[in-house]
Amino acid sequence: MLGESRIKQITETILGRSTADQTEVVVLANDTYLTRFANSTIHQNVAETNTEVRIRVVLGQRLGIATTNNVESDPLVEALERALAVAGLQPENPDFQSLPGPMPISKVAGFSESTASYTPAQRAQGVGTICQMARAEGVVASGAFTTAAFELAVANSLGTLAYYPTTYADFNTVVMSDTSAGYASALTMDAGDLDFETLGREAVNKCLRSQNPRPLPPGEYSVILEPYAVQDLVQMLAWTGLGAVAFQEGRSFMVGRIGQRIVDPRVSLWDDGLDPAGLPWPFDFEGMPKQRVDFIEGGVARGVVYDSYRAGKEEGRVTTGHALPAPSAYGPMPTNTFLAPGGATVEEMIASTKRGVYITRFWYTRPVEPARVVITGMTRDGTFLVENGEIAHPVKNLRFTQSYLEALNQVSMIGRDRKLLLGMADIARDSVPALKLDRFSFTGATEF
Amino acid sequence: MKTLADRALDLAQVRGASYADVRIVERRTQNISVKNGVVEGLSDAESQGFGVRVIVDGAWGFASSALFTLAEVDRVTALAVQIARASGLFKLRDVRLGPPVSHVGTYRTPVEMDPWNVSPEEKIGLLLRANEGLRSTPGVTVANSSLSFWRERKVFANSEGAFLEQEILESGGGIEAIAVDRDRAEVQKRSYPNSFARDQRQEGWEAILAMDLVGNAMRVGEEAVALLKADQCPSGVTTIILGATQLALQVHESCGHPIELDRVFGSEASYAGTSFLTPDKYGAFRYGSDLVNLTADATVAGGLGTFGWDDEGVPAQRLPIVRNGIFGGYLTSRETAQQLREIVGDAAPERSGGAMRADGWNHIPLVRMTNVNLEPGDWEFDDLVADTDEGIYMELNKSWSIDDKRLNFQFGTEIAFEIKGGKMGRMLKNATYTGITPQFWASCDAICNEKHWRVWGTPNCGKGQPPQVAHTGHGTAPARFRNVQVGLMK
Repeated sequence: MLGESRIKQITETILGRSTADQTEVVVLANDTYLTRFANSTIHQNVAETNTEVRIRVVLGQRLGIATTNNVESDPLVEALERALAVAGLQPENPDFQSLPGPMPISKVAGFSESTASYTPAQRAQGVGTICQMARAEGVVASGAFTTAAFELAVANSLGTLAYYPTTYADFNTVVMSDTSAGYASALTMDAGDLDFETLGREAVNKCLRSQNPRPLPPGEYSVILEPYAVQDLVQMLAWTGLGAVAFQEGRSFMVGRIGQRIVDPRVSLWDDGLDPAGLPWPFDFEGMPKQRVDFIEGGVARGVVYDSYRAGKEEGRVTTGHALPAPSAYGPMPTNTFLAPGGATVEEMIASTKRGVYITRFWYTRPVEPARVVITGMTRDGTFLVENGEIAHPVKNLRFTQSYLEALNQVSMIGRDRKLLLGMADIARDSVPALKLDRFSFTGATEF
Repeated sequence: MKTLADRALDLAQVRGASYADVRIVERRTQNISVKNGVVEGLSDAESQGFGVRVIVDGAWGFASSALFTLAEVDRVTALAVQIARASGLFKLRDVRLGPPVSHVGTYRTPVEMDPWNVSPEEKIGLLLRANEGLRSTPGVTVANSSLSFWRERKVFANSEGAFLEQEILESGGGIEAIAVDRDRAEVQKRSYPNSFARDQRQEGWEAILAMDLVGNAMRVGEEAVALLKADQCPSGVTTIILGATQLALQVHESCGHPIELDRVFGSEASYAGTSFLTPDKYGAFRYGSDLVNLTADATVAGGLGTFGWDDEGVPAQRLPIVRNGIFGGYLTSRETAQQLREIVGDAAPERSGGAMRADGWNHIPLVRMTNVNLEPGDWEFDDLVADTDEGIYMELNKSWSIDDKRLNFQFGTEIAFEIKGGKMGRMLKNATYTGITPQFWASCDAICNEKHWRVWGTPNCGKGQPPQVAHTGHGTAPARFRNVQVGLMK
């Protein structure tokens, strides 16, 4: 951890030396530790200390960006000079208006001292708990345990100044037998909140229950999706259609449908960077405060996220505080998504199912037709046939090709409990419940 | 640099390491992107730091930092040792590396024109002209053109005496046109010369000039718009001919990843998955038809998987993976090569095949693809089409998905053409094909010759936790496959 005063020195060094019309400095410092295990033993154990300084300068309507991870004074000035040189060589960007001016930033709690000071031995103990549970059952555990402390700071020559220290602890494990696998994952701000016994039991039990799977013919089935699988629905909706770039270019499923019902009325999806339940990011990579953005409210399309550049392309639009580090071809993206919970338990979903497929999680999902959010992917780490209200037996993994948007029109039940999971690029955090969908299209099967 | 490396190696051994290595890496990248005639991004990034990897009491530890001070070298080295001791708390076996590695030397990517000597004005001018060409067809909604340059200087030293200096340089570029039919909620895209923004090679500015982005721009724009009105790819079982770029993706996903030996041994089980190519199949399993010959070649000119030595100091090699359809080779590290010999004995090489590569200074090396190539056959492309009564030609990847043992895959391409009576016919959109890896490769009955063969760059191969991105290469020529399920789109 560099600390707020050292980071302020860095930003002041650059802002004080810049000759640009406008200058922005983004500092992202991290201390990240990761313990990785496989075959019930630790095989990778790593630590990284790094600080990335991203300088964006504006000369009229010309922008230049340079980054460095050397925070001594001379290299910082060299990076500034590279940014100025880059800007000077560019043609004007007529769409660029200005860096954003200062806005008040809400105070949110996102830092845990116990996570920041977590030791290699503590991580090994957590991993050891899972490995011992697996060995006791004659199966093997794999996974990764990350503890990380970040500092994000944004300062610009218009007076924007924002600083936020944050931590997270992320644990995931796959437990495998010769014929099966089980999965568990958890994300917390405080590493001390991780319950390794519960996570180990979840993954080991799933592995034991999914042994000797039988083939199931592809086709349409009702499905029960654990939160791990539901997270993929949310991520793909965000990736394909909930950012301003896809929306403005006409590639988003939201285009022309704002104010219209697009999915089941029980579905509400939003982004809220200030909600403590979602491991907050109070501001974005331009130092702009996060606004709550309702994407889908009661099944009705409402809006997408913006940064200052993309907001400037629409009359009267302001940033929602969702800029990624510049330059970003993807544009603004959701970072703290929430899917509204319902009132059902997973047990009730199973009990209400005459014939369907119970899915732990999806794997290697990719858009086939982004505008309709048609996605293909595989099931993995515990897939079961449900018959007459009970888990009948494990099945071999299936390939699906399905519009996620249409799937959300097939909602039968929504789980009452949500799970917080680490999302895209380890920046996004998704809070999602389980779902039961009446129809889901499987187009292939694999051999295990 | 040598002082820094020696200090870390000495301190690691004083603190109990039986093996240590240090990598000092300096990376510089330049990215320029133009969208719809506007330069949206021009960035210049540098990242430098060092990583110390140690074995203490038979277990691995690694720590890294961007601060180049002697005090920080001491802190990071001590931390790596501390982490290794923690790793040893739950170890099942000691790490064994096999014969020592002690090479000394230098390597530099041969380039004709250093891209950092080409002015930004020239680069931007090229992109603007290409972008204009893309937009010359009415109906192109988004026109993207981009260039990417990458230079990495690295020093590797280990406690066995190795000291290696390398400079790898890459140049990449590409164009893409997106056409949107808002009424039908349909988006079509065409890219050149490869999908996902660019092709990339270990060459200089000459690689960009050879692409002729401007000369291809109008065609790419026209095809994107034409796809909106093209017929849907039909569903059924038929013959397909895959273009070289799509085949590069097919090789990457269904051959390159499953032969990574760390993955075979379970190291990636919780993330990327494992592999169907288990050691019991080594030397005996029929992976494909007799025509299928696959090679891992870290020496081929221009490939993104080319180097002097890997990140364990092992020299670049050219190794057989599949010979006449029979599987018989893995991508290996020093540790996994020894583990394989414990299982299959002298059938496996004594030394690493040299496939350990790290993404920058802050990650440990993993077993990664070098250039995994499908060796050329003897067909002319026109003869291959003429020899095909009925089928579909598919080109340039659009979507890709494969299961966690690399068996069941489904890939989609940007464009396809019907083949009837030995001739290319109507354009088809939303083409997909699916299969099971060894069955698919067993159905390969023709591969085009070396005239149609080249190495394509994959600069975005993800693996590991924390995620690492590797640059890999794949040499391919168009090839034909029989009885393939195509077109599952609803």
